[in-house]
Amino acid sequence: MYGRFRAALVLWAGLGVAAPVMAEQQGALIGDAEAGEEVYELCVGCHEVGRGAENGIGPHLNGIFGRKAGSIEGFRYSKGLVREGTLGMVWTLELLDAYLENPKALVSDTRMSFDGLEDKTDRDNVLAYLRQFSDNPQNIPEAAPTGRAREVELSPETLAIVGDPEFGAYLANECTTCHQVDGRNDGIPGIVGWPEEDFVIAMHAYKRQIRPHPVMQMMAGRLSDEEIAALAAYFGDLE
Amino acid sequence: MTLNRRAFIGTGAAMAAALAAPNVRASSHGMPRVVVIGGGAGGATAARYIAKDSKGEIDVTLIEPTRMYYTCFFSNLYIGGFRELSSIGHSYGTLAQSGVNVVHDWATGVDREAKTVTLAGGAVLPYDRLILSPGIDFVDGSVPGWDVSAQNKMPHAYKAGSQTELLKAQIEAMPEGGRFAMVAPPNPYRCPPGPYERISMVAHLLTEMNPTAKILLVDPKPKFSKQALFEEGWQKHYSGMIERIGPDFGGDKVEVDPDAMTVNIDGVVEKVDVCNVIPAQKAGRICEMAGITEGNWAPVIGHTMQSRVDENIHVLGDASNQGDMPKSGFSANSQAKVAAMAVRGALLGSNVFPAKFSNTCWSLIDEDDGVKVGASYEATDEKIVSVSSFISQTGEDADLRKQTYEESIGWYAGITADMFG
Repeated sequence: MYGRFRAALVLWAGLGVAAPVMAEQQGALIGDAEAGEEVYELCVGCHEVGRGAENGIGPHLNGIFGRKAGSIEGFRYSKGLVREGTLGMVWTLELLDAYLENPKALVSDTRMSFDGLEDKTDRDNVLAYLRQFSDNPQNIPEAAPTGRAREVELSPETLAIVGDPEFGAYLANECTTCHQVDGRNDGIPGIVGWPEEDFVIAMHAYKRQIRPHPVMQMMAGRLSDEEIAALAAYFGDLE
Repeated sequence: MTLNRRAFIGTGAAMAAALAAPNVRASSHGMPRVVVIGGGAGGATAARYIAKDSKGEIDVTLIEPTRMYYTCFFSNLYIGGFRELSSIGHSYGTLAQSGVNVVHDWATGVDREAKTVTLAGGAVLPYDRLILSPGIDFVDGSVPGWDVSAQNKMPHAYKAGSQTELLKAQIEAMPEGGRFAMVAPPNPYRCPPGPYERISMVAHLLTEMNPTAKILLVDPKPKFSKQALFEEGWQKHYSGMIERIGPDFGGDKVEVDPDAMTVNIDGVVEKVDVCNVIPAQKAGRICEMAGITEGNWAPVIGHTMQSRVDENIHVLGDASNQGDMPKSGFSANSQAKVAAMAVRGALLGSNVFPAKFSNTCWSLIDEDDGVKVGASYEATDEKIVSVSSFISQTGEDADLRKQTYEESIGWYAGITADMFG
């Protein structure tokens, strides 16, 4: 009875209406790209972006997401920016956000004479606008993210069923694309029948990036403590 | 959000009905019915999960014309000589054992008003929810000179099976020192690293049996996935064999002549011995016939993979336009589980948890030299966005590359078990 009620609400939420029971929207766009185009007018005196963009007073901004700092050949950057690039600085959403907020906070001798954008929404919007001119992850999966993950707020109803095999089984769907439920170990380790505590410790080690495997760091990184516990219970019970 | 008003109102009505009466299933027959069109990574997974998790409370019918499914993933490894073709073939018997009603036929029409699917054999199947996972078809005229009637002279081998066998046989029959050409597709297309893994596998095969042969890669795109990794590997393993012509040298202005076996690149005519043409792609034609496409693809709501045109239809995998996930078997499998949960929630009222999506693509460059790229994704109301990604690094040591390859073998076993049971 109750479950049906919620299913209908979730469907409703999927169509863009606020859901009172469960937060359905998880990820978030970087910002509003259309609004960002207006914010970008602050930048156009120095930077070009889009088809045929070239360097001007500042470097062009095509492909800026994922680009090594100070790396466009033939553009004269400040020494500090080139040094950061040599040290491995790559423009990510977070770094671009920090740079836009206060350029000198990131690179002391930057030639970008810009006071910074104090308003977080303005920064999000202009970054959403600029993101359109870098690689599209649909075509280049390794491209920089196009959104931000949000901690999913699990409803009290969901939390009440944590530990419920149904919740663990659902979460496990993501694991079974690679790990086989019969526990076979060929190339990818078996994960069934572990003591729950070992499972939880291992997953938290991936989440904290102490264990090195990049796929597992990614998968564990988005799981809450409750979700890890549910998975441990689920896989622990499988024979 | 392009959901039309009618669909939206329809949802409101369904909602009201759900609140008024707990029984949301169609009242004309006993059990809710799901029809799935397409038995690949999306469709087979969705059918199996709905049948398995509804414990017999949903009638699931899978429509798939072929009796043996050859996975596109790992089909390049067959070309390279690392897999037998039989090892990437899967029959549908295990799905039938999981409670899925498997019908080997073509779906020839969808009546969205009546909620029925018509099959080539004449049957008309009613549905409460329809899942379309037909994969890709090719865009007519995208490579001038080529159409499907030329697929024996110039194979696409981008739907695995007989085409893959044909392409491999043609490569094996190349004259000593002959030339293999590939016309790579424009974005977006199935399996972003796929054409480049194929180049690697062709190079591996030729290095073993025809080492003076050459490979010409004609590419309309300025860059591609894992480019630095592939280029490093080609230099290391196949030095001097592979030439890539990008759009800066006319790679985007290509025509072919299948009778003369020539490739015309911006006016320069090259004679080749084998030509693998991978045309521009679009959603499997049934999506267009159902009237749910915009442009070449079927737009969907990321949270549930429901069509933005018709809430009773879910579209999975390559055919869907969901946002930022690549078109891959892994993506389709990931989307199928989200859709299966949404369908069960809608038809049986079972719990619906927030959607999670992920993708990893492994590629083999040479023996024991595997690389990977992956990302995780989340749904927003506008589209599915990428929230984090990783990729193998250039210069990794041989042990790590071997481990990555072995991991891909484990993944293959995992995903095919997940699809077929």
